[in-house]
This record gives sequence, C-alpha cells and structure tokens, in this order.
Amino acid sequence: MTDQAVSVPRRESSVLRFARGLALIRESWVGSVGLAIIVFWALVAIFADVLAPFPPNATGAPMTLPGGPSLDGSMIHYLGTDQLGRDILSRIIFGSRQVLFYAPLATFCAYLVGIPMGLAAGYRRGLTDDVLSFFANVILSFPVLVLYILIIATIGASGSNIVIAVTFASAPGIMRIVRGLVLDLRNREYVFAAETRGETPWRIMLVEILPNARGPLIVDACLRLGYVVITIGTLGFLGLGLPPPDPDWGGMVSETRQFAMFMPHMAIYPCIAISSLVLGFNLLADGLREVSMRD
Amino acid sequence: MLIFMARRFGTMVLTMLVVSILVFLFLEINVEGVAIKVLGPYSSQEQRQIWLEANGYNDAAVWRYLRWLGNFVIGDFGQSVRFKVPVSEVLWPRLANTGILGGIALFFASLIGLTLGVIAGMREGGGRDRAVSVTSILTTSVPEFASATFLISIFVFQLQLLPGTSGMAEGFDLEQLILPVMVLVIYDFGYIARMTRASMAEVMTTHYIRTAILKGLPYGQVIRQHALRNALIAPFTVIMLQINWLLSGVIVVEWAFGYKGFGALLYEASLNQDIYLIEACAMVAVFVAVMTQTLADIGYTYLNPRIRFS
Repeated sequence: MTDQAVSVPRRESSVLRFARGLALIRESWVGSVGLAIIVFWALVAIFADVLAPFPPNATGAPMTLPGGPSLDGSMIHYLGTDQLGRDILSRIIFGSRQVLFYAPLATFCAYLVGIPMGLAAGYRRGLTDDVLSFFANVILSFPVLVLYILIIATIGASGSNIVIAVTFASAPGIMRIVRGLVLDLRNREYVFAAETRGETPWRIMLVEILPNARGPLIVDACLRLGYVVITIGTLGFLGLGLPPPDPDWGGMVSETRQFAMFMPHMAIYPCIAISSLVLGFNLLADGLREVSMRD
Repeated sequence: MLIFMARRFGTMVLTMLVVSILVFLFLEINVEGVAIKVLGPYSSQEQRQIWLEANGYNDAAVWRYLRWLGNFVIGDFGQSVRFKVPVSEVLWPRLANTGILGGIALFFASLIGLTLGVIAGMREGGGRDRAVSVTSILTTSVPEFASATFLISIFVFQLQLLPGTSGMAEGFDLEQLILPVMVLVIYDFGYIARMTRASMAEVMTTHYIRTAILKGLPYGQVIRQHALRNALIAPFTVIMLQINWLLSGVIVVEWAFGYKGFGALLYEASLNQDIYLIEACAMVAVFVAVMTQTLADIGYTYLNPRIRFS
C-alpha cells in the first residue's frame, strides 16, 4: 500500500536512456565522424565472411600490384597481394576481427582491475592509498612499451597474453584517474547520506560514487581503446603480436616492411586501416568530451 | 627545497629498487629460456644445464639478485649474454645516440606544438582553433610504425630523396636522422599543441588580458607580453613528462629504421632475456622518468611563483 502513496516520476528504461545519450553525439560533428568510422569497422568485422573476396590465407600470385587480376583471371586483387600472394584487402577485412575483439577485451579487463583499485585508494585513503599509489607510480615510471615488450617477450606472444599485458600496464593509469575522481566525489552529500544509512563501503563505492564518475571515465575509455589498438599494432609490428598466419594489421606491416622500398603498397594499406580505426576512437573521445562539457 | 629534493631522491631509489626486484622476479619465470636463447633451440638439456651452472644461474635467486645489486651500486652492470661484452660498453654509446635522436625530436615537437597551441588558443572556437585541434587528433592517431611506413614510401620510394635506414654504417650522417625525427615529431607534437591550446585559452579569459585589450594595447603585444608568459607554464610540465613517452616511441622508431640506440637495445635485450642488460636499461628508464618529473616540478615553481613546495 505505502509504495503507492508517493508518486515517483516514471523513469525511462536504461536502454532508452543509453540510446538517448548516444544520440547526443550528433551534436558534435567530430564525434559523429569518429562514431561512423568505428561503426564502419565493426560492420566490416561482423560481415568479414561476406565482404572479403578471398579467404584470408589463400595464396595466389605474390606481390601483385593493386588492381591486378587473380591467378585464374576471374577476380581482381583490389589492393594487390602480399609477398606470399595473399589478397591484402581480404586480410585487412579479416584482421579487423582480431583488433576489434582483443582491443575492447583488453581495455575492459584493464578497467575491471583499475576501477576497484582506484575506488579503494580514493575512498579509504590512508595505507591502502599509499600502497596502491606507490605501486602505480612504480609501474607508470616505466615507458609503457617497455613494459609490454618485457611481459610479452617473457610469457610469449598470444591474444590472451596481450590482454594480460595491457591489463597490467593500463590498470595503474586507470586507478589514478578513478582515485582523482573519487577524492572529489567522496565529500558529496549523497555519500554522507549513504554513510549515515550505514551502507557498506563497497556498496557506497560501487553504487553511489562510481556511477557519478562515469562521464570522464567513458571519455578516457575511448582514448584508451585507441591507444590499445596502437599497442596491438605496434606489438604486431615488433613481431610480438598475434601469431601467424591469421591476419593481424601490425603483423602484416612487419612482414612486408622489408619490401617497402620498392613495393610500399603491401605495408601501406594495413597502416591506413589501423590509423583510421585509432582516429575513430580519438575523434569519438573528443566529441564526447565536447558534448559533456556543454551541459 | 632541500627537503623536497631529498624526498624525491629517496622515492627514486626506492622505485628503482622495487622495479629491479620486479624485473628480476619476472625473468625468474623462465630461467632456462636464457640458456635456450644463448645456445640455440637445438641444444640438449645437459648443455643448457652446464651453461646455467657455469654462469651462476643455478644459485638461489636471492643471492643472484643481491650480487647484482652489490655490483650495480659500485658501477659494475654485469655481462650481456646477447652482446658478450660488459653491459656498460653497449649501454652508454647507445644512450648517447638516443639522446641525439630524442633531443632533436623533442626540440621540434615542442617548437611546433607550442606555436600551433598558442595560435589555436588565442581565439577559442575559431577557425584556426578547429584546424589545429583536428590536425593534432589526426597526427596522434597514426601509430609510429604507420607513419614510418608512410614516410618511407613517400621520401624513399616515390621521391628517392632520403635514405630509408639509419644504421649510420659510415659514421654519423644527419640525413639519416631526418625520417626518424619526423616520425617522432608527428606523433608527439599533437599532445603538446593540445595542452598549450587549453592553457592559452584559459589565460585569454582572465581579467588582466581583458584589461590589457580594453586599454587599447595592440593585440600582438597583449599576446607576447601578457598572455604567453602565463600560458607557457603548464606546457613546460607537459613537455618534460613527454620525455618518458618519447622513450616508448623511440623503441619503435629505432627498430623501424635500424638506428642503434637505447630503444633498439632494450628491445633486443627483452627478446633475448638478457637480464643484466634489461636491468641496466630499466634503471636508466626509471631514472629518466623520476628525473624529468622532478625537473618539471622544480621548473614549475620557478616559472609560477604562486606555487611553493609544501
């Protein structure tokens, strides 16, 4: 009976609110372009089987120039073939699956580790903060790429190890950002109210504080996604990426780089692909920041 | 000030200690890998054991660590298994090479970044501001290895103007430095430009700038004499902290162009589990990181007298 007494304005479903938040990005053309690029690559990854003219590891005439015919003359290699005669366009299309699977997964794992650390450090302060902050400083005092190379070179190159390395190297940075946000939010009235109600610390951190810190974190996640894409590409370029023969953009550059002096097309197209995806994430982050600053 | 420096020094030593222990423990995961790397994948189990025994790898890890630490403190960095010479013999020349490459890159990145940032921040939201913002997002989105590929295909393949590698086989050659420097500058100037722009835009909204404009000073003079001094304080810190980022970029660039520097050395050492070389490189990296941060803090208080050490 009593729950009928107070009239609470009906809250829209969370799906609808999310969609509405997403629609806000239309207000910034930079963000819209970014989102469009990401959606484009996502669609390419999903429909790779349909879009790719050749299987990713099928071989034909090696080092065909862009637009050249396939071996039996029935099809065209729009972006040419690589040193083993594999169609570059098809490999880029299939390579987008790798990047778009591992980059979000790795970023997600990094947040899964970094957020609780940051919440604990910022909310509990004291010894927890000192210890966590010291270790974050230790890891961050290392050039990031050195950390990746050290980890991957020791535990071996594979998709899951890239996720582990990214988590290990990014979690401290995320922790620092979350900690900074929490230090500000923990002095708000609603947090005091929750403390007075006797809510447990973790409930306060996760239910009261974290949702209010989401704005800057979403922008940061976007930037970080772009950076993780760069990292995966760079590791592939250094020969520490996803194992061959499955296509991986960084790996494609690394395999064909030695021919770049006379046949640059083999390395250039994967480079354009990876740069455009990173650009998409960075533009989206910029657009989100612009929109969130406006209101 | 002295207390501040002493505390920073203490933190640095502590950080280096923890990093060195972590690196050591990390490479403990696979000690036999070292023997495989040295003797080759087709060496027998006994050969590897003999090699490990002869080089002291079978002692307890604690002893090996303490022995390394003791030697490190007195300046003996140990022997590199990859290059088969004392670590310091390869480390210092490589570090000097990277210093040249990084120094030139940082100079140009700062110059371009500061200039563009000031131009963009003078009128927030204007046409130039938008152009600079989009340009800086664009250039920071291109990974170093990708811009290296683009530049090689333009300047080496199409125009045939520049050499595509920077091995410096016949002595030092400035021409071979152009492409590596360009790659680093392209990737790094955007961030500096964005930070400068934010700082400049903030200064332009202050009351004293408004006063200066309203009392009829020429716009150029307001920018040069009133705005710049305050607007360049924050970017100074950014540039100092950029050095740490540069170290990551340097690895890719040196590897891509075959430049014999610190980054390529570190990469090779990591691939070969060359533990003493990795430790020495890690110590250098941490030292650089903490030093640049300390310099940034000291410089910041010098440039901005309102901030004091607490």
